[in-house]
Amino acid sequence: MLELIWFILWGLLWAIYFVLDGFDFGLGTLMPFISGNEAERRTVYNAAGPFWDGNEVWLITAGGVTFAAFPTAYAVLFSSLYAPLLLLLFGLIIRAVSFEFRSKVDCPRWRQLWDRCHFIGNIMPALLFGVAFANIFQGLPIDAAGVYHGNILKLLQPYGIVGGVLFVLAFCMHGAIWLAFKSAGPLHARALFTAKFLWGWVLGFSVLFLLMTYTYTDLFAKFITYPVFFMLPITAVACLAFALVMLFQDKPLEAWLFSAGYIMLVIFTGIAGLFPRLIPSSLNPDWSVTIHNAASSPKTLTIMLIVVIIFVPLVIAYQAWAYKLFSHKLTDKDLASDSAY
Amino acid sequence: MDVVLLSRLQFAAAVFFHFVFVPLTLGLTIFLAYLETRFYKSGDEEYKRMAKFWGKLFLINFALGIVTGITLVFQFGTNWANYSKYVGDVFGPLLAIEATVAFFLESTFIAVWHFGRDRVSKKIHLLSIWLVAAGAHISSLWIILANGWMQNPVGYVLRNGRAELESFWAVVGNPFAWGQLIHTLLAAWLLGAFFIMGVSAWHLMRKHEEKFFAYSFRCGTLAAIALSLLLLAQGHHHGMMVARMQPSKLAAMESHWETTSHAPMYLLVIPDESKERNLVEAFAVPGMLSILAHGDSSAEVTGLKAFPKEDRPPVLITFLSFRAMVGLGSLFPLLAILAWFWREKLAARRWFGWALILAIPLPLVAIMAGWSVAEVGRQPWIVWQLMRTHEGVSAIPGYSVGLSLLAFIGIYSLLGALDVWLLARYARRGPAPLPPQQPNA
Repeated sequence: MLELIWFILWGLLWAIYFVLDGFDFGLGTLMPFISGNEAERRTVYNAAGPFWDGNEVWLITAGGVTFAAFPTAYAVLFSSLYAPLLLLLFGLIIRAVSFEFRSKVDCPRWRQLWDRCHFIGNIMPALLFGVAFANIFQGLPIDAAGVYHGNILKLLQPYGIVGGVLFVLAFCMHGAIWLAFKSAGPLHARALFTAKFLWGWVLGFSVLFLLMTYTYTDLFAKFITYPVFFMLPITAVACLAFALVMLFQDKPLEAWLFSAGYIMLVIFTGIAGLFPRLIPSSLNPDWSVTIHNAASSPKTLTIMLIVVIIFVPLVIAYQAWAYKLFSHKLTDKDLASDSAY
Repeated sequence: MDVVLLSRLQFAAAVFFHFVFVPLTLGLTIFLAYLETRFYKSGDEEYKRMAKFWGKLFLINFALGIVTGITLVFQFGTNWANYSKYVGDVFGPLLAIEATVAFFLESTFIAVWHFGRDRVSKKIHLLSIWLVAAGAHISSLWIILANGWMQNPVGYVLRNGRAELESFWAVVGNPFAWGQLIHTLLAAWLLGAFFIMGVSAWHLMRKHEEKFFAYSFRCGTLAAIALSLLLLAQGHHHGMMVARMQPSKLAAMESHWETTSHAPMYLLVIPDESKERNLVEAFAVPGMLSILAHGDSSAEVTGLKAFPKEDRPPVLITFLSFRAMVGLGSLFPLLAILAWFWREKLAARRWFGWALILAIPLPLVAIMAGWSVAEVGRQPWIVWQLMRTHEGVSAIPGYSVGLSLLAFIGIYSLLGALDVWLLARYARRGPAPLPPQQPNA
């Protein structure tokens, strides 16, 4: 029972992370294409301004909780995905410093340099997360001792690439919707248009990804035993549809919430199909890392559950308050403030 | 080079670089919270200007502390998979609690403090900087409980082929970890004080914004005097704890080979590890090592030869790091006390002003040396007498670690240099001018 709760919490933390940092990745990836001048570029930066740092902590928490609840999964997963994970972390480092450094020197070439870094620092983690999760869904070549027999190129097979592209597209749409919510005037109109444009691509790649999931992985085996699980991908697609409806009504906040629902449900579709495995082995099903052979002791799981039950709702409450505090549309006055990026 | 050495070097690079920025964050948050409190209570705009000036430097420094911390959370999994599997049940929760309890607090409220000055009430604004300070300090508690457990593993039982948690409260109450925590925090605050002193000295030498920087200088200097003296006393206490719990580390710190009572301390020592002796031992202070280690000049101090060779830490690095830390630690009170007496004479004694500016990185050097003693001196154990370092490493190819180590060094040195350049640039620029007085405002 404890292991099951922790499996769901594990999925939930990753899902929250993708919903929150996802729009940051989208903003940074779209920035060179969607903004026409310095003021618009700064609007894109400041749309993520007060949020990205707190969003990133969900990644640390997801990583930390994987370590605490499923130490073997933590060890096997991150040593297996050594190169992509480090590339991803370097991307996050570059993203963070581009936020901080860019505004500190008023020189066009300095800013251009950090704009480029910012783009790479956002698109690279988004892509690599997609590639990594698709490969986890498909199973990693790990042996009985959890040792990885592959390399970074093996991850870039068709299913992994489609997963990566889907993540990038979904995050870009998610980010465009957030930008529509946070901006006014021409940038708002462009963000709305971009979100609608990307919507079609997200839908297309979602369907492609689901079909490939059926052929490349065994995730749907569980769905056939428990057809109720089909509600997850169906609701995901429904959320996507509602997001478009809200975009046409120019209600970006509602559209963003549906887009958030879509991202969460896509992650949970994968998580449900994985259960009870955390990392399936593509070499031998018996070598998979599961909640049974990877979990911490009941004592540790109980203590961590108490911590999470107290603190995660508290964190969500004060982060929601902070989101509300900074939910206004960005104006020239905001950009002129000496605290703006 | 083998995976173990490369992974150790990579962890050292990542953690050292991270810890360039974190201690200054810890030191400056307290000062910022103090300034904001003064501003809240008095309404004097001068305090707000100070909070904004030091806050700008704080933020430039903070950003790199955050990003270099993220890689550390994953390093245990990437490079130390067997360690993570073996002790994750005890060690993992400490990292997870750190993120859940501290990092969210810090990162959310730093945005409220930085971007929200005109959006929240004065009370909430003040509260937010205190929550940032609380988050930073709570985080240091959990990460040092984690390191303290590697130094002095408690509250666990060997079961199911791994170390499992037996008593959470024993892990949280680990006396060794609390000693380390206090030592680390005092040192971090001292770095903050020296930073404030040095930057203020730069402006005072030039008679620039004298009232503004004279106040900061006084705050920094008083804090530096108190903290540097406390550190000497507490450091001695912590050293006695090391002597009791990790005698092989203590012996390496002093390059002390033979077990003797009435052990003297030599002011000049040149260790010769290959011959298990010291090449030079000069200027003995009789019984001093016995006093430092056990508080009694006749006490017996265990020498390195009492331990099998495979259980000894590398002597030279541990010894030199310890000497560097203690030497610098003894210099700090002198510098701080001089700074207090000459606080109004900096424009005349520019050489002393320059000495204070050049002294900014010295507490950092001492901190790095201290962590080298703690970590290199813990070898060959990754967890003291429970797991050897080479047993903890991941089954990954050496070239992967070699490449990532190069990438770490390249990216980190570039970003570190840029960050120091930005810090210096904003520190030299000084505070924004006071806004013109509005009538009846």
